[in-house]
Amino acid sequence: MADRAVALSGRFGTALGLAVAGLVLCLTLGTLAAVAWRAEAASGLGPADWAAVRFTLLQAALSATISVVLAVPVARAFARRRFRGRSVLIALLGAPFILPVIVAVLGLLAVFGRSGLLNDALRAVGLPEVSIYGLQGVLVAHVFFNLPLATRLILQGWAAIPAERFRLAASLGLGAGEVGRFLERPMLRAVLPGAWVAVFVVCLTSFAVALTLGGGPAATTVELAIYQAFRFDFDLSRAALLAAVQFALCLAAGGLAARVARPAGFGAGLDRPADRWDGASGWLKAQDVGVIALVSVFLLLPLALVLLRGVPQVGALPGSVWAAAVRSVAVALASTALCVALALPLAIAATGRGGRWIEAAGMLGLATSSLVLGTGLFLLLRPWVRPGDLALPVTVLVNAVMALPFVLRALLPALRDLQAGYGRLSASLGLQGFARLRLLTLPRLRAPLGFGAGLAAALSMGDLGVIALFADQGTETLPLQLYRLMGAYRMDDAAGAAVLLLGLSLGLFWVFDRGGRGHAGL
Amino acid sequence: MKRSLIALALVATPVAAQDRPVLTVYTYDSFTAEWGPGPQVETAFEAICECDLRLIAAGDGAELLSRLRLEGEQTEADIVLGLDTNLTAAAAETGLFTNHALGERDYDLPVIWDDPMFVPYDWGYFAFVYDKTRLPEPPASFEALAASDISIVIQDPRASTPGLGLLLWVKAAYPDRAGEIWEALADNILTVTPGWTEAYALFIEGEADMVLSYTTSPAYHLIAEGDDSKAAASFTEGHYLQVEVAARLASTDEPDLADRFLAFMVSEEFQKVIPETNWMYPAVTPPGGLPAGFDTLITPERALIYPAGEAALIRGEALAEWQTALSR
Amino acid sequence: MLVFERARIVQGDFSMAADFAVPEGARVAVIGPSGAGKSTLLAAVAGFIPLTEGRILWEGQNLAPLAPGARPLSILFQDQNLFPHLTVLQNVGLGLRPDLRLDREQQAQVAAALERVGLDGLGARRPAQLSGGQQGRVALARALLRARPLLLLDEPFAALGPALKAEMLDLVAEIAAETASTVLMVSHEPADARRFAPLSVLVADGRAEPPLPTGALLDNPPPALAAYLGQ
Repeated sequence: MADRAVALSGRFGTALGLAVAGLVLCLTLGTLAAVAWRAEAASGLGPADWAAVRFTLLQAALSATISVVLAVPVARAFARRRFRGRSVLIALLGAPFILPVIVAVLGLLAVFGRSGLLNDALRAVGLPEVSIYGLQGVLVAHVFFNLPLATRLILQGWAAIPAERFRLAASLGLGAGEVGRFLERPMLRAVLPGAWVAVFVVCLTSFAVALTLGGGPAATTVELAIYQAFRFDFDLSRAALLAAVQFALCLAAGGLAARVARPAGFGAGLDRPADRWDGASGWLKAQDVGVIALVSVFLLLPLALVLLRGVPQVGALPGSVWAAAVRSVAVALASTALCVALALPLAIAATGRGGRWIEAAGMLGLATSSLVLGTGLFLLLRPWVRPGDLALPVTVLVNAVMALPFVLRALLPALRDLQAGYGRLSASLGLQGFARLRLLTLPRLRAPLGFGAGLAAALSMGDLGVIALFADQGTETLPLQLYRLMGAYRMDDAAGAAVLLLGLSLGLFWVFDRGGRGHAGL
Repeated sequence: MKRSLIALALVATPVAAQDRPVLTVYTYDSFTAEWGPGPQVETAFEAICECDLRLIAAGDGAELLSRLRLEGEQTEADIVLGLDTNLTAAAAETGLFTNHALGERDYDLPVIWDDPMFVPYDWGYFAFVYDKTRLPEPPASFEALAASDISIVIQDPRASTPGLGLLLWVKAAYPDRAGEIWEALADNILTVTPGWTEAYALFIEGEADMVLSYTTSPAYHLIAEGDDSKAAASFTEGHYLQVEVAARLASTDEPDLADRFLAFMVSEEFQKVIPETNWMYPAVTPPGGLPAGFDTLITPERALIYPAGEAALIRGEALAEWQTALSR
Repeated sequence: MLVFERARIVQGDFSMAADFAVPEGARVAVIGPSGAGKSTLLAAVAGFIPLTEGRILWEGQNLAPLAPGARPLSILFQDQNLFPHLTVLQNVGLGLRPDLRLDREQQAQVAAALERVGLDGLGARRPAQLSGGQQGRVALARALLRARPLLLLDEPFAALGPALKAEMLDLVAEIAAETASTVLMVSHEPADARRFAPLSVLVADGRAEPPLPTGALLDNPPPALAAYLGQ
């Protein structure tokens, strides 16, 4: 859209968006600079660091490709089918993405581990066992974590094709193949690169999965190398350098995706619920049912085993675990509110001039090493305040910035469609500023906003929370308590805490997501 | 939004007693947990000190030291509790710590302790823990382990304290053949985890036959869970010793109170809490002896340990050997 | 008076010039071959496409600095004239106040406008629950409330049947007369132009010609229009 008159953002909105982008830049690149500034001597990257970079790229590219390729049939099956419990199932399938890593890994091991269900079954029928340790383990775990994310991003692409287009396709007698070619393929062209990059970058900054299932030091990621530089050598300059490399990789991936993606240009519809006529054949039905069943087993079985193990323990959890749970919910709600408040102006500004850069700034949270972020923030704030006093506000802020990229991803396509569909009408009516936000943007973005807020809340719940540097008395979050329980041999209590965490994360996600999809009057 | 941030900030501000002096102790996470030694220690010390003892959890031992290095002399910590012998050389080098005023004391450690700066409060041996029902005949040495097809989970020495302990253990047992031993162990290593927690969880879930932990680990299962199936394998090469210590910051504005805390730390009130909360041996055995169950633990014949300065010098070489052997 | 003063629009290899005036209160059809730039002409007046050269003036005032919503006009597009998530009442109410904070009197105005276009009682519905003709009436009711002196119609009724379309055009004519509006209407149908617009502007060959009486123009078309009309 060349003419500024129909851009979504007014001058005030653009200024607000730029301010948010500035804040994110401060928190990401600014903290990195603070760490580099504090470093005493400059040091270079050794061969082990470059090996970590290579391994990180390899596993992230493979994980992202596998996740996205698998997510397409899953999302298509969900887009084509309507059945009871569909929305609950979709929400549940999102669970792995929001789990603390160690809980999810234990769930995976209960299925794929040496003494897991799969190998028990293989042994029973006399087949050789499979090992989940090594690169394949890293990939299985990353696909487990990110398939839900990729599926949801792609499913949103399907939902953004107006019902009128499917009706048109049906009236023209287009079958599944033609619908795929004329409607779905352009949509995928627009959506897949973004989904791929999102997963790629999540895997790029992966830490505990790679090391726990990776098998050995060959499976060292950049994020882990950063941690080791801090912890083992206290080499801030190497940590900052590695973090800069991580940023560069993420930016390169983002730039690549931006070049590959093409806007689909479906235009706007009249919000009729999308009935589908192109998947009526029995074979397609069986195919979709099979895909949904398979992915449900892959994603839900490990969670079910976590639940099974932990449910009996929940009642006996120590009081500090419940206190931490309350604290985590409060932090999650606050950081969700903050994240949405940051994401909206950013997304609106990102649809205007120079939008690509504003969008890139918002995505920086993904590329950030939380260790560098925490340390930089600590160095920046320490001259002014006692870090311990800021433990929870900092947690809220950091969680919000870390979730920002996901919320932004959810909002942007819908916002761009909104502008394409209703930009002129609202401009001709003089609908602008807060009235436009209230009457047009918010109601039209309800679904992606609800989804984004749910994601932000759940991600915040599952985050390890208080960065060690800001820790103070009585600021432990639930995931941290869970780790502490495990660290004190109390595996049963930890299993109970994992169930509590899982329940709260999913509950928050469901409430927000549901709130967004509730459509009055239609 | 703004209101909730302010509310959170208020919640985060501890209600400190205004008139009593405050003693701030940085320690590791598990020390301050509800089920760790922290709560009992805090109650007992505050009952006698007329002060407010604030235990602040700052990650694990190595992260504690990183935080202190970042804070420098402006740190609000008076005491740091939770460094171990592999970190004390680096800690002393920062110049942030000062000598204690406890004088010479007798500790119940397997080695002689005469460090003027760091005061030990507990200790333990690293060991491979196994389940007697799953592994009836555990190996009795690194070489036997390497020759077997027993699977083990270990921790990354760059990210974990026990991981570094194992690195130095192998190096101390085989100063000239450490690389060779690691190569032989490579096919036994199921995976390398970032921390003790992940490794021990994998072991409990039945993923590996043995896990690198402490000789005292079986005591938890025996005493807290009534489960006597876990045991530590005794290695003929000897076991590497970990001594956990505390020290006073030179910048403290409560030097006397800090010294009183260090003295309290090696007294019965503190020491008797250690075995069943930290699951380590107390540095000074309480008059009542160790809890029942500790007598079932193995007692290594040889304690291996590098003096503080030497451990720091040798770890680079040992790490390179480890990486080369396991990256193949 | 609406004046195109040596106005020129260039978009890529498309170019169109306009240099004429439309008298106040006139109803003008914009006719010509497909792709000649009829909609572009309206979009320029409405402020969606900037002029490359020249000016467009309303009552002597240059429109260029005004944002689309601030221009003295209402526009009805081919489609997307209504927000699908808002009710009919809300869609119409936007014509009075874009923030929809309507007082009692304004609510009465909205109800009256809906009654005027024959939609009383349907205020609570959403656009998807209305027929095409009804959707057009909602947009008209809103234009009525906005009471801008200039009304631009970019074929909003193209999808309606002949009888319904004639009915809608009559309604527009009535409303235009009541509000003394000047109307510019893009049309493909000579019959519509004759019925509705005493004057017509021919857009062809990169030029928008000055308005001429519709009947005379259609009866005696210049070559470009003749080809388009199939004569």
